Amino acid sequence: MAERCQPLVRVEAEDFDIAAEIDRLTAGRKDVGAVVTFTGRCRDESGRLAALELEHYPGMAEAEIGRIADEAVERWPLTGLTVIHRFGKLRPGENIVLVVAASTHRKAALEAADFLMDYLKSRAPFWKKEHPAGGEEGRWVEAKTEDEKALGRWGKV
Amino acid sequence: MKLVYFAWVRERIGREIETVALPQEVETVTDLLTWLKGRGDGYAAALEYPEVIRVAVDHEHVEHEAKLPADGEVALFPPMTGG
Repeated sequence: MAERCQPLVRVEAEDFDIAAEIDRLTAGRKDVGAVVTFTGRCRDESGRLAALELEHYPGMAEAEIGRIADEAVERWPLTGLTVIHRFGKLRPGENIVLVVAASTHRKAALEAADFLMDYLKSRAPFWKKEHPAGGEEGRWVEAKTEDEKALGRWGKV
Repeated sequence: MKLVYFAWVRERIGREIETVALPQEVETVTDLLTWLKGRGDGYAAALEYPEVIRVAVDHEHVEHEAKLPADGEVALFPPMTGG
C-alpha cells in the first residue's frame, strides 16, 4: 500500500483557481492517472437572489473538513486531495466549494470526491443565508433530509 | 464554560459568544439545552425544538447524550447547509 497523501484543506473568503489546484496535484507526476474536480457554485434559479451569505465556525470548519478528508485518504488510494470551502457573501455564479481528488485509477478519485461532498453538506459547520434582491430580510436555507440520508451510502465514519 | 452560537441560533439568542457558570446538575448536552432554554425569550425561541440543535464540544460534533467537559468551548447551531 502506497503512503497516504496529506490532504490540503483551506477555508477562505477568496475565490479559488481550479486550474492551479489541479496543477498542484499533478505537476511533475507521472503516477497520477485520474483527477476529479467538483465545484459547487452559487446558483439562482428564480432570478431573485442577490447574494448567498455563508457563515462558518472558524477553527471547527477546518478541523471537520480535515477529519472528513483524512477519512477519504484512508478509504481510497488517492495520490492527492484538496478541499477548499469559501465563506462570506457570494453572488450567483460565484464558486463556493472545490474538491480535487487525484488517484492512479479513476474509480478512487470519483468515489472520494462524491464521499467528500456528501459529508461536507451535512457535517462541515457552514450555514447559508439567502439574500433576496430588493433588500428584503435574508432567509436561512433549511437542511435537506436527503442530504443526511445520503451519508447512509458510505457506512459508519 | 464558553458558549458560541451560529446562524439562526445566534440571531435568536442575540449574541454570538458568552461565558457561563453551569449549575452542578447540568451534566449532559441535553441538560445544557434545557437549562439555557429557561434563560430568556431569545433562548426559548432558539431552543424551542432542542432536538434539532446540533452541538460541538471543542470543535467536534457530539450527541445530546454526551457528558459536558469541565471546561471548554461548546457550540450550538442549526443543521448545517454548506457544500
